[in-house]
Amino acid sequence: MLFNRFSSNLSNYKSLEFILGFLLTGSICLLVLLSDFIFQGGDKINLSARLLEPFSNPDYLLGTDPLGRDIMARVISGGKISLQVGFLSVAGAVVLGVIMGLISGYYRGFWDVIVMRFADVQLAMPFILLAITFIAIIGGGLTNMIILLIISQWVQYARLVRGSVLSLRDREFIQSAEAIGVSHLNILFRHLLPNLIGPVIVLMTLNVANNILLESSLTFLGLGVDPLTPSWGGMLADGRTYIQTAWWVSVFPGLAILLTVLGLNLLGDWLRDSLDPTGRTSK
Amino acid sequence: MLNTSQQSHQGYKEHIVPETANTPILSVDNLSVEFDGHRVIEDLSFTVEAGKTLAIVGESGSGKSVTSQSIMRLAEGVGAHYPSGHIWFESESFGTIDLLKAPLSTIRKVRGKDIAMIFQEPMTSLNPVYTIGDQICESLTLHKQISQDAARKEAVELLKMVRLPDASEMLDRYPHQLSGGMRQRVMIAMALACRPKILIADEPTTALDVTIQAQILAILKELQKELNMAVIFITHDMGVVAEVADDVVVMWQGKKVEQGPVTTIFTESKHPYTQALLSAVPKLGTMEGQPYPKRFPITVVENNEPTVVGEECIQNTADYESEPLLSVRNLVTRFDTKKNFFGKATHRVHAVEQVSFDIFKGETLALVGESGSGKSTIGRTIQQLQKATSGDISFNGKSFDKLSKSERKKLRQEIQYIFQDPLASLDPRKTIGFSIAEPIRTHNLIQGEGNIQKRVTELLERVGLTKDHANRYPHQFSGGQRQRICIARALASNPKLIIADEALSALDVSIQAQIINLFMELQEEHGISYLFISHDMAVVEKMSHRVAVLYLGQVAELGSRQQVLETPSHPYTKRLLSAVPVADPFVQRDFSKIEGEIPSPVRMVGDEPMILTQQEIAPGHFIAQS
Repeated sequence: MLFNRFSSNLSNYKSLEFILGFLLTGSICLLVLLSDFIFQGGDKINLSARLLEPFSNPDYLLGTDPLGRDIMARVISGGKISLQVGFLSVAGAVVLGVIMGLISGYYRGFWDVIVMRFADVQLAMPFILLAITFIAIIGGGLTNMIILLIISQWVQYARLVRGSVLSLRDREFIQSAEAIGVSHLNILFRHLLPNLIGPVIVLMTLNVANNILLESSLTFLGLGVDPLTPSWGGMLADGRTYIQTAWWVSVFPGLAILLTVLGLNLLGDWLRDSLDPTGRTSK
Repeated sequence: MLNTSQQSHQGYKEHIVPETANTPILSVDNLSVEFDGHRVIEDLSFTVEAGKTLAIVGESGSGKSVTSQSIMRLAEGVGAHYPSGHIWFESESFGTIDLLKAPLSTIRKVRGKDIAMIFQEPMTSLNPVYTIGDQICESLTLHKQISQDAARKEAVELLKMVRLPDASEMLDRYPHQLSGGMRQRVMIAMALACRPKILIADEPTTALDVTIQAQILAILKELQKELNMAVIFITHDMGVVAEVADDVVVMWQGKKVEQGPVTTIFTESKHPYTQALLSAVPKLGTMEGQPYPKRFPITVVENNEPTVVGEECIQNTADYESEPLLSVRNLVTRFDTKKNFFGKATHRVHAVEQVSFDIFKGETLALVGESGSGKSTIGRTIQQLQKATSGDISFNGKSFDKLSKSERKKLRQEIQYIFQDPLASLDPRKTIGFSIAEPIRTHNLIQGEGNIQKRVTELLERVGLTKDHANRYPHQFSGGQRQRICIARALASNPKLIIADEALSALDVSIQAQIINLFMELQEEHGISYLFISHDMAVVEKMSHRVAVLYLGQVAELGSRQQVLETPSHPYTKRLLSAVPVADPFVQRDFSKIEGEIPSPVRMVGDEPMILTQQEIAPGHFIAQS
């Protein structure tokens, strides 16, 4: 009876979450993808139109930055870099981290020691130091930045997954799968993975936001793309100096990040709940 | 060989409440409880008298726990509403109050002081980071406003009251250092700290071994007399009811179906549900003189009418002529528990020590013992979920050591394992159709998706479910249905041996009876052998051909069912049998035989246990000599 109540509430809530999340994320992605067609040459510098307030000039709907560039155009085309960095780095880290976590949690022993000592070394190294070393050796660029983010973040997923595997491994349904003779690969991916994916999805949505912001610090260090190419993190950093006189320079890219993350969170929650047939995670 | 310690019994006589016979101190009046529009309890009324025990009996989902939680007003926390009813309570400090309407500040003063509660799991109800003494003193200082020193003295008295040895030393121990039975005694001591007028015991002995259960029941009974306290005893076990109750309320689907003195309920029950419940209770000794296990017809309630299902059938399926299907020789399984600085083991659990037995085709061998006896470890070692330290297991004449990798995999098809908790042993994220088909796919038993689906349907129907159930998830079923699913899953690979590890313990008795019959029918149809691991002697009597009693990892007694249960020869077997609650209120049991607890199987490295020699006292009847 209790379950009925939760699941009936859940299905309404679930669909609302999905619709909102899908609309938000979908429209942001669509805008960003079409930005080249909508704003041709929107990144032009126009020093005569410096720091215009938003909604004061129909040509610059969201105002302009200190170099007179259209903020709306920059926010939308800046999404290209930000979303690429956010999505690809998280996707890479998840794949690597989940596989490593599954292996070390399930097989224990030798593999566990190897993977976890790697993880410890990784965690002991300050991110900035790692980033500088990385640039010095390999150089900058978008791909390298994503690789760096993957290297520095897979550990989080590995540790999270390993912990869940350790507790799930002793549960009876895993043992009963073993008793039936199900192969290790099937146990790992058919039984363990679906049961631990919930927290991984939550961590993923959080890390997307985090990485969009990190991109700007990495760009500052020279690892990222050309600093003139717009990106949300970069715009936020640039606007910091003007926050008292011209709030719109940093508020609009910040809003873009917020909406993206909100959309992803909604989608993530929906995905987590819809993967769990008991509906227990939503309370 | 038993570690029976003499325990001093110091009665507690200072705070005896004066007799107030026959006036109810708690009366529940037309209570209804709703969860989000669903009625879980309807029009329930009963009264509780001082010094008497009221047992509320029912199966899972009957609303018995919700009743006790409503008295404590704990049910609101999980979303309960009370559309009607009163719970009148005679309180010393507040007069007669309605617990349902009283403000929570009043309830908090009543809780623990006037009405106390003990729960099923003594492990999880104690805080692991505080000592026993700290936890008892906390409730004392909270309700009584006394100093730390006084509280400590009082705590010692309380522990003595529940017959814990070395009470003052016990105060400085942590919960994990105590056994389950000791922890439950500590819980009782805490509950009694303020001399409550009513003690609500919600399945207090369900998680304990039978001998420990007998001890706890005896203590509760004595304390009740001493303190003239009313006890509301919530249980599903008719044996326990017969033992402790003065009055019984039988609940079914949220309604009270019958109420009366315990003797009337057992002898002249009127409601069909009560009759069905009583007929399903396995009673030890009902099969005396029968050489074979037997299937009995069972009474089930259909449309409020008791209907008899099944027929009596002698289970003469064992084939002792051919070679044994499984033979275990000198099996030893140990685990390292503590390691020293260099990673070398210093302490070991001697779970299984030199155990030998055979299982023949079509036979059921029961492994009986209490927790720590190593019975589950034997099952897990045979299923290769656990590595044996030494010894030999051979299946179909072939030793495990000599098996190739593919033969090992084949073994996992021929031997199946059924776990105690059916919910935990099914993957919550997979439909049960997937789970049942999994062994078929894993071992490539049937080709083609359509054929697999057909087989799954067939299996579901065989265990009493329908085709439509295949697309549902485990949480959408009841406990009994889930165990049927687990059986269907085990059957899917056409096994020769099924290891049932406490497979019936988590089920209600009426369901239990049905599953026992299902097990036996399948044995007759397919000639399956069972290794039936259980602590429940009455169930073992019903369905096994031979019985092995385990004590601290060794076989104490092994023989045919008749030999072991009718002429028990080892002291431990006798003790185990005398601890089983008898579902007959006219039988008075003598608890004095049942003292002490089983010692721990953890030993220092080098301190090997003594291996007992087996002596054959009758053909096929072995007992351990110490």
